[in-house]
Amino acid sequence: MSLPQDLIQAFGVEVNDQGIPYVPKDRLPDLARALKEKGFRFFVFVTAVDYREYLELVYLIRNLDTLEEAFFKVKIQDGETVPTLSTLYEGANWHEREVYDLFGVTFEGHPDLRRILLPEDWEGHPLRKDYPMDTPHPPYR
Amino acid sequence: MATRTLEFTFDEMRVNMGPQHPSTHGVFRGVLVLEGEEIKDLIPHIGYLHRGVEKLAEHLSYVQDVPIMARNDYLGPVHNELVMAHAVEKLANIQVPERAQYLRVMASELHRIASHLVWTGTFLLDMGGALGGGSTMFLYLFQARESIMDLYEEWTGARFHPNLVQIGGVRFDLPAGFDRKVKEALQTVRNTVNEVREMVEGNPVFEQRTRGVGVLSPELAQSIGCSGPVLRASGVAYDVRKAFPYDAYDKMDFEIVTATAGDVRARYEVRINEIFQAAHIVEQALEGLPEGPIGAKPPVKAPVAVKAPKGEVYFRVESARGELGAYLVSDGSHKPYRLKLRSPSFSNLQAIQHLVRGHKVADVVVILGSLDPVFGDVDR
Repeated sequence: MSLPQDLIQAFGVEVNDQGIPYVPKDRLPDLARALKEKGFRFFVFVTAVDYREYLELVYLIRNLDTLEEAFFKVKIQDGETVPTLSTLYEGANWHEREVYDLFGVTFEGHPDLRRILLPEDWEGHPLRKDYPMDTPHPPYR
Repeated sequence: MATRTLEFTFDEMRVNMGPQHPSTHGVFRGVLVLEGEEIKDLIPHIGYLHRGVEKLAEHLSYVQDVPIMARNDYLGPVHNELVMAHAVEKLANIQVPERAQYLRVMASELHRIASHLVWTGTFLLDMGGALGGGSTMFLYLFQARESIMDLYEEWTGARFHPNLVQIGGVRFDLPAGFDRKVKEALQTVRNTVNEVREMVEGNPVFEQRTRGVGVLSPELAQSIGCSGPVLRASGVAYDVRKAFPYDAYDKMDFEIVTATAGDVRARYEVRINEIFQAAHIVEQALEGLPEGPIGAKPPVKAPVAVKAPKGEVYFRVESARGELGAYLVSDGSHKPYRLKLRSPSFSNLQAIQHLVRGHKVADVVVILGSLDPVFGDVDR
């Protein structure tokens, strides 16, 4: 669960004490491009985790020839936008729509950022920790 | 009197397909952008089966989450139970006894066979009556699948959702005389599949409707994140069971089935061959089955009994549809803080947009079928 060493230095990636790399969000597209050139072509997933004070986006991209994995995170505040990877990796398209749908994170430059799993008129983002679980939600059908 | 000229431009036409449609394998809606009979684009709409499993999992304990996961991919429940149990075991460092590992391998391969049989049956049904009368093949293959469901019923008490895997092992040991019944069931499966192959392969209608249809290049397949038979049919030999072995797969002798054409026919071929490989693995697991306990001691029953330390983990298994992953974040309690399911159907289904362009309307059904999406798994 890490990144190749040379990319960590080249892109100003901070590695925390558990060995998890945090990528500055403005370097994300460049990093993804560099990864793709290094053979990391298999897009596994992108998701988000809500830590209440901040959100973390989690990326996993794999090199199928060497079975190396690029696992990294981007830390954002509520309301911040993140550059999209869907222009580089086709698979990021739906995964980013899912994150937008369930967490309300906006991806800059995404070609088609709509809700994907929930109806278009749904209010709120259910996977956030502050989303109430004990009340009915109005557009419920 | 002024003359009027009438001008016809063949504009694009939009046709709605689904969500209720007998051949779309569940609830998938695609808006087809047509020019004549040719498909210019397809706008997919999913989410009709969204149940919020990931949110639900945050409110249930690890022990309760394992059977809940089985409801996602209802054609391969054991794979889903397995990925959840494995993620927790890896995080909490729970060792699984060897006998349980073999039983897990056996169970997941039996479900792989059952799932591929359903797929072959429904896929041939999608082809319509041209292959010797509609549902003939479908019923043949379902009969063979029934022999596997019978095995599950005897082993676990349930045909469909066996609830077999638990954290630290499996819940049920094999009943007496089970290996003979497994061998009989596998023989039924092999015979049926061979019979179906004879009827289907070489049939001009079948060949014409599948060869060169929906070609997926290996580059695009990887970029989308397609896995399982869809990826292997494009010539990429990636299989989680070989790449990141779990349970007793490193002790099993089997091959990664691949095909190079990347079309619907190649995906059919990969799945058919995987049925035989899976049967081979089941036999090995039966033969090599070691004696010993089937679960970690003491058995886990109370919902709060399992706690995972603070941390995060990503675990993947090879389901019948491809790489099924669970990304689990724990805050040290008995519930997940966040559980992300990386479902193979969700990623595989994204390919549909790229595959149908330039084909005819009737091909949509075949191409969609060839991706083998299970909508419980797509929408979660």
